[in-house]
Amino acid sequence: MSTTAEKPAAPDSEPGAAGRTTAGKSQPGTDRRTGKAGRVRRLTRRDKIVLAVMVGVPTLIQLLLVWLPTLFSIALSFTRWNGLDLKDIKAAGTDNYRYVVQDYPPFWPAIQHNVLWLVFLALIATPLGLLLAVLLDQKIRGSKIYQSIFFTPVMLSLALIGIIWQLFYNRDSGLLNYLLGTAGTPQAVDWFGNSNVNIWAAMVAATWRHAGYVMILYLAGLKGVDPSLREAASIDGANAAQTFFRIVFPAMRPVNIVIVVITIIESLRAFDIVYVINRGTNGLELISALVIQNLVGEGQVIGVGSSLAVILLVISLIPIVFYLIRTFGKESKA
Amino acid sequence: MSTLANPIPSTAGAAAVTVNSGKRHYGTHIFLTVMAIMWLIPLGWSLFTALRPKADTDKYGYFSLGGTFNFDNFITAWTQGGFSKYLLNSVIITVPAVLLTLFFASMMAFAVSRVSWKFNVTLLIMFTAGNLLPPQVLAAPLFEMFKHVTLPYSFSDSGNLLNTYISVIAVDTAFQIGFCTFVLSNYMKALSSDLTEAALVDGAGIWRQYWNIILPLCRPALAALGTLEVIFIYNDFFWPLLFIQSGNRLPITTAINNLQGEFLSNYNLLAAGATITVIPTLIIYLVLQRQFVAGLTLGSSKG
Repeated sequence: MSTTAEKPAAPDSEPGAAGRTTAGKSQPGTDRRTGKAGRVRRLTRRDKIVLAVMVGVPTLIQLLLVWLPTLFSIALSFTRWNGLDLKDIKAAGTDNYRYVVQDYPPFWPAIQHNVLWLVFLALIATPLGLLLAVLLDQKIRGSKIYQSIFFTPVMLSLALIGIIWQLFYNRDSGLLNYLLGTAGTPQAVDWFGNSNVNIWAAMVAATWRHAGYVMILYLAGLKGVDPSLREAASIDGANAAQTFFRIVFPAMRPVNIVIVVITIIESLRAFDIVYVINRGTNGLELISALVIQNLVGEGQVIGVGSSLAVILLVISLIPIVFYLIRTFGKESKA
Repeated sequence: MSTLANPIPSTAGAAAVTVNSGKRHYGTHIFLTVMAIMWLIPLGWSLFTALRPKADTDKYGYFSLGGTFNFDNFITAWTQGGFSKYLLNSVIITVPAVLLTLFFASMMAFAVSRVSWKFNVTLLIMFTAGNLLPPQVLAAPLFEMFKHVTLPYSFSDSGNLLNTYISVIAVDTAFQIGFCTFVLSNYMKALSSDLTEAALVDGAGIWRQYWNIILPLCRPALAALGTLEVIFIYNDFFWPLLFIQSGNRLPITTAINNLQGEFLSNYNLLAAGATITVIPTLIIYLVLQRQFVAGLTLGSSKG
């Protein structure tokens, strides 16, 4: 029995050896604590079938609806197709990529906007969320009410946030121009319509949501920091800022990693809000919006849309791989 | 891991102790109050606009307190604007998608966390990565795949999977399984192995270990994830936009975008529509705030 405890039976690869010899004779209590957490010792034929279904169905869904389309996107990016008949798909080599990079006017503005979006979230929204978390982590009165207020936008979709801020930003009926005293005058700015300012207006609206999200994650992170670390720091004569930046912030490493990944991914996914405002045109071009414009537009240039999708994919893989290595690196070593 | 043992580290104890909070925090309070007011303005402005009849705002201007305040815009949006239908569509999509997501994710999580198998980590990485992809990457192939699935017209009036609730439910489920599997597998790994061993002695098969032992213990995690997923899928804008062409089948989050065009000059009605869309999430927030926050922090606290 002790051997099976050390070496758990695997459902598929190793049907007999360890499991079957002791089947049905395991004694409770004798070796309960020897095995590592959560290992099943022996599996009958029926168990294996059940397990195969339990693993197989979700995996099939995942492969069919997530990973297969991803591969198709890559394949389609090397073709020319109008999206109608499958027979019309023609090989195009790297033409689509060359076209996108060299001749497609909104491409480079979109890249710039994506980078700007990331920088804005990283330098304004995320630090703001961290600041709110640090302030609210103190024992101040009304902390819960403040938290609830800052957290409310996190519940809303970015599409709805686009609509709500549209009402606030509107040139003639929006509150902002009234507060600025320009409503009804020629100086009134159409915040979402003017291509000089609309990206900034959209990023402020996105910050409304992102900062609350970051705040709630950091509040959880701050509660998880061992209080004795702070005590030790203050005994050593560190002031509040030193304690935070040298002790507390580094101690929240797991949360920091998640926040970095979320910030990057949110900036790549900022599709909904620009699509609601003006479908991602006129100053609000983003890669994700360009993908969709090419898929649903009059021309239906699937090849071009797919090459943009692949560019988006490659960029997204950087934070994704970083996160996966951070998360699973330890596990595979253990 | 062991995050759910103390589900909401964030909101719970914060307000409890108020020792030496007097003088030192004046600056903090001023800053937080200013921020909080700024935070509330956009929603407050929507509600304010929604409560005023269009005729009154035309007469007195948008920036005035003149005229009456009533729920007429809400009633108009609900009946004539089709919001009752859109909300129903949201329910039709969200409920099955969340249940399927939790069901499949919990099975998968059970298999990768409670049974040792050499592909466990590989599968888990595949699931986690899938959830992080931008949806636009998969848009074209999924659209074409669904277009080329031929279905009887009695089942789908488009003759394929496009324009059906099923298409949105399926893709939402596939996309969310990854995240839920990741969170649940961490949760299940933290459960003691004694639990299933005792059952094994009784001759319980895999299914009974999963359904009767592990799953009931995962209730807190399932509740948190369920709340989170309801919000995620209710808030999903993109997949219905891509797959559903008939306006009357759109869920509320996507439909409100069309209304922006329809209600073009009637901001009062648009504001009422936006407010109606906010209400379900706000109710969930008020009732299940703990669950929601626990769900959000669950995914991040793995270190």
